[in-house]
Amino acid sequence: MRIPVTWLVEHLEFDQVPTAEEFADAFVRIGVEVDDVHPLGPVTGPVVAGRVVEIEELTEFKKPIRFCKVEVGTDDDGEPKIQGVVCGATNFVEGDTVVVSLPGAVLPGGFAISARKTYGRTSEGMICSARELGLGDEHAGILVLPSGTASPGDDAVELLGLDDTVLEVTPTPDRGYAFSVRGLQRELACAFDVPFGDPGVVEIPEAEGEVWPVHVEDESGCSRFVARRVTGVDPTAPTPWWMRRRLMLAGIRSISLPVDVTNYVMLELGQPLHAFDASAVQGALVVRRAASGEKLTTLDDSVRALDADDVVIADDSGVVSLAGVMGGASTEVRSTSSDILLEAAVWDPASVARTVRRHRLPSEAAKRFERTVDPALAPVALEVAAKLLHLYGDGSIRPGRTDVGSPRLPVPVSMPIDLPDRVAGVRYARGVTARRLGQIGCRVEVSTADDGQTIVTAVPPTWRADLVQPADLVEEVLRLEGFETIPSTLPPAPAGRGLTEQQRRRRAVSRALAESGFVEVLPFPFVAPSVFDAFGLDEGDVRRNTVTVLNPLESDRPALATTLLPGLLDALQRNVARGQRDVALYHLGQVTLPRTQQVPVPELGVDRPPTAAEIATMQAALPQQPLHVAVVLAGDRERAGWWGGGRAADWADAVETARLVGRTYGVELTVKAADLAPWHPGRCAQLRVGDWPVGHAGELHPKVVEALGLPKRTVAMELDLDALPLKELRPAPIVSAYPPVLLDVALVVDAGVAASAVSEALSSGGGDLLEEVRLFDLFTGEQVGEGRKSLACSLRFRAPDRTLTLEEATAARDAAVAAAAERTGAALRA
Amino acid sequence: MSGANDPYDPKEVAALAPEALDAAVQKATEAFAAATDLDALAAIKPAHLGDRSPVLLARREIGALPPAAKAEAGKRVNVAQNAVKTAFEERLTRLKVERDERVLRDEAVDVTLPWDRVPRGARHPITTLAERVADVFVAMGYEVAEGPELDTEWFNFDALNFGKDHPARTMSDTFYVAPADSGLVLRTHTSPVQARTLLERDLPVYVVCPGRTFRTDELDSTHTPVFHQVEGLAVDKGLTMAHLKGTLDAFARAMFGENSRTRLRPHFFPFTEPSAEVDVWFPEKRGGAGWVEWGGCGMVNPNVLRATGVDPDVYSGFAFGMGLERTLQFRNGLPDMRDMVEGDVRFTLPFGTEA
Repeated sequence: MRIPVTWLVEHLEFDQVPTAEEFADAFVRIGVEVDDVHPLGPVTGPVVAGRVVEIEELTEFKKPIRFCKVEVGTDDDGEPKIQGVVCGATNFVEGDTVVVSLPGAVLPGGFAISARKTYGRTSEGMICSARELGLGDEHAGILVLPSGTASPGDDAVELLGLDDTVLEVTPTPDRGYAFSVRGLQRELACAFDVPFGDPGVVEIPEAEGEVWPVHVEDESGCSRFVARRVTGVDPTAPTPWWMRRRLMLAGIRSISLPVDVTNYVMLELGQPLHAFDASAVQGALVVRRAASGEKLTTLDDSVRALDADDVVIADDSGVVSLAGVMGGASTEVRSTSSDILLEAAVWDPASVARTVRRHRLPSEAAKRFERTVDPALAPVALEVAAKLLHLYGDGSIRPGRTDVGSPRLPVPVSMPIDLPDRVAGVRYARGVTARRLGQIGCRVEVSTADDGQTIVTAVPPTWRADLVQPADLVEEVLRLEGFETIPSTLPPAPAGRGLTEQQRRRRAVSRALAESGFVEVLPFPFVAPSVFDAFGLDEGDVRRNTVTVLNPLESDRPALATTLLPGLLDALQRNVARGQRDVALYHLGQVTLPRTQQVPVPELGVDRPPTAAEIATMQAALPQQPLHVAVVLAGDRERAGWWGGGRAADWADAVETARLVGRTYGVELTVKAADLAPWHPGRCAQLRVGDWPVGHAGELHPKVVEALGLPKRTVAMELDLDALPLKELRPAPIVSAYPPVLLDVALVVDAGVAASAVSEALSSGGGDLLEEVRLFDLFTGEQVGEGRKSLACSLRFRAPDRTLTLEEATAARDAAVAAAAERTGAALRA
Repeated sequence: MSGANDPYDPKEVAALAPEALDAAVQKATEAFAAATDLDALAAIKPAHLGDRSPVLLARREIGALPPAAKAEAGKRVNVAQNAVKTAFEERLTRLKVERDERVLRDEAVDVTLPWDRVPRGARHPITTLAERVADVFVAMGYEVAEGPELDTEWFNFDALNFGKDHPARTMSDTFYVAPADSGLVLRTHTSPVQARTLLERDLPVYVVCPGRTFRTDELDSTHTPVFHQVEGLAVDKGLTMAHLKGTLDAFARAMFGENSRTRLRPHFFPFTEPSAEVDVWFPEKRGGAGWVEWGGCGMVNPNVLRATGVDPDVYSGFAFGMGLERTLQFRNGLPDMRDMVEGDVRFTLPFGTEA
């Protein structure tokens, strides 16, 4: 809210009034956010009050133009000084008091005024609007001051208070009381330790009966409803300038005296008020929930279909107000209204918040009700408002008052008096806790408990519904004493166990991928289900079974990713579109996999911790969210250059990257041919730990590449990291220092036999002496025959305890070849 | 030439004359010097040091000398032969050095040629920043706790003392998942990990929780709907707000340099009481040393402790949380948050593999 400093200081007793900056600093220090410190002006030179003596309408122009004779003071002889001023506004009449900036004046924004010829006349100055004077946004017409406010020639800077500063502050949402001048003044009184005369303490005269019949049918939505009536209000009575100025600076438009008064009292005290035209209200007012199908035309002239949860005020004609949010058009105060029924109520914050959201109707009143208002304030605010209507509108305050409901009052809170010290880690001076709690308005008692502990009991003031537990009192003491007085101390270090195995492995994977040329990206998890069509997934593919976001930012992307590939391929496309040719990307992230049987989330309170069984049910209700790693590669894996040609990324790079990830986990992944979309059916590898599949790698299907507009031969890999076992202990290898025997074999097998099967057969047949099998060449062609292929392998034999003889090694080789022959039909190449 | 049995007993043999030997040495030395490479030197070696070389032929004549002359003549021949050998060795060494130098010179390359055969990779700066934060706290004895990104409303809101009608629960702030009453949300902060940690772990608890979080903000230069936070939580006997300040100061120094510091401004969060916003001051801030709003913190609200089975009369705790994108943005002076989410390799590559 915006508030001028001159208003803020009104009930505070300063020896020396702080500057606006000092106020701003104080607010920040005690927890009121300051969004802006806005000094008015600057206005220099002659800007004065003027009286419009004569208006001459100039009709020869496309728009209305007036040439005005304005009295702007007296000349040296004491005669009225009249200036001619051209003006384009029409919202004033002869005799009105206006503000004139004379030649030589400079208005806010560096707007210099000089005499000039315009529309065929000489204009010796300008009649100003509120916006031109820097008072507000009103620019519909010029600023007309109520008669009697000023005499011609009066200095406008003083008259309009242009040397003021407006603070824009945002109290935290738990402090409803601070959304008022009264509340902010109290905060400043605490911050500066100065006396404060509470404008909320007003004598309430004894009422004589009820002023209007009111029935509160829904007490959950309304805990108090108070009404007061002022009759015979002069509908033409203007709002006094001081009130208009404050409203203007607060950003609220002046409408009419009754409406301005309700707004003014709301700003000052924090209690929103509503003014009905009593002559338009039919019968008793009833507070209830809306019936479905009911409609209300609100003050902003929109017709709103009401919800059964909306709290409303109705009369015999139907709903007349959306309670706490906005009044209805049928009973609104009009330019002719003289019989004013004022309402001040306490509405349920949650109900108001729901209504605001439902109807997308934020209002100044609702903002305050949502944050709770002082339940004791309603009759006070009405009294202040009624008196203002009496004073400025010549109305008669009716003797009756309606006051329905019983507001909930704050409950005493007790705590050890040294609790603030213990929470802060500070020894506050004796008496600080009691003094600070008293300062915020608590009734404070100090007593001694049976165990000798000193206990402070605070009865919070009516406006502090947020003070319900000792921690709330502690916060008040700490913030008012200042967080800056709390020292900075490190707690004793606990014995931490460091990162978990999984956390270390995850880092290792990330680092290994980056070091081998991949760039990490962090795509959003939101995907369009249509991507699964582009991927060519079967109708029943599990990856199509997604968790869906109810309120996605992009309506075509409501699904949570079940695979990291869509996000990675998006990023790949973006990079290619921006001119990158060789792109290698990786992403480590959770995917969301719905469970086959979705368990509902149990309803749990917070008055006790959930039981182990309840926690287990909550866990079971959550979709599985395993951590995946995926890569995509396009273009060259090795670039061409002065050293020679490059090498395009291919399926083997994807498989090799999967193995790299496996190795960082200490796992040798095994590979099996697979056929899984979106991969190429002949170039897709399933990665396994033992017999357990953990992911896939290979070249993408050409149709997928085409459908998604990807670079040709794009390859990809995705692994479920959570499925990789964590090897805590690695083996202790025995390193033989004896020389090896190296023997090569070339084996011919059917083309369909997996190379890995041949290697595995050789390994197992070669026995303990066979240290390593390495396939170093693959050959197909006439020499080996149609549908056959030759695999050349080098075998390294070594004994742990002696120099191996060639005979021993040869025997082991023959055994290896025999095993390969038996299991894969391999024949030694002739 | 005289034989051993030659009755003739000459006083002198011409080949053994000092002048002849000197001439042979002279000639050999000149020939070696004239050899410009090792092959040429090898080719002329037999002529000056071989069996038929003048000096060795002269040695054969010694036997013909009278016994009295033999010793002196032998000495002369030895001196001459050594002189030739030395001349040869010196030349050989010299030519080898020259050859080695030439070979190395010929093998020289332009080492400034570019080498980008294998493209470079990089880790996302958010990842490395999160690890750096985790390392700072692990060094203080904390452990790294984690939780699911899709979590129950109970963990994300209820357990953290958010009222049933708290505005953060609305769909204008929070992503909900179908069906409408699923009770599941994409976590709006890493704070649900606090509640999980307190329920799962034995006290005392000192954890830091980096992770991905979600809010329904449109993507722009300072907002992203998917972002990362890091949360700290300590619950122990006797923890105070002074400990919170000390921890934040240590954290700030680790992230922003030894001269940085923090300040707390009172604020409101449902899950802490008292609550504060944390500002950090550091000398390298873009635009000059100054304060930047960094995150939120406070003493854990007793309601949160009760909901997670911790007795607030015995234990107290503090918690704090920061946005990693925001931290990276003001720490590294990054103008646009969209760069962090779009995945353009030109953004990520300069960050390398470690923060």
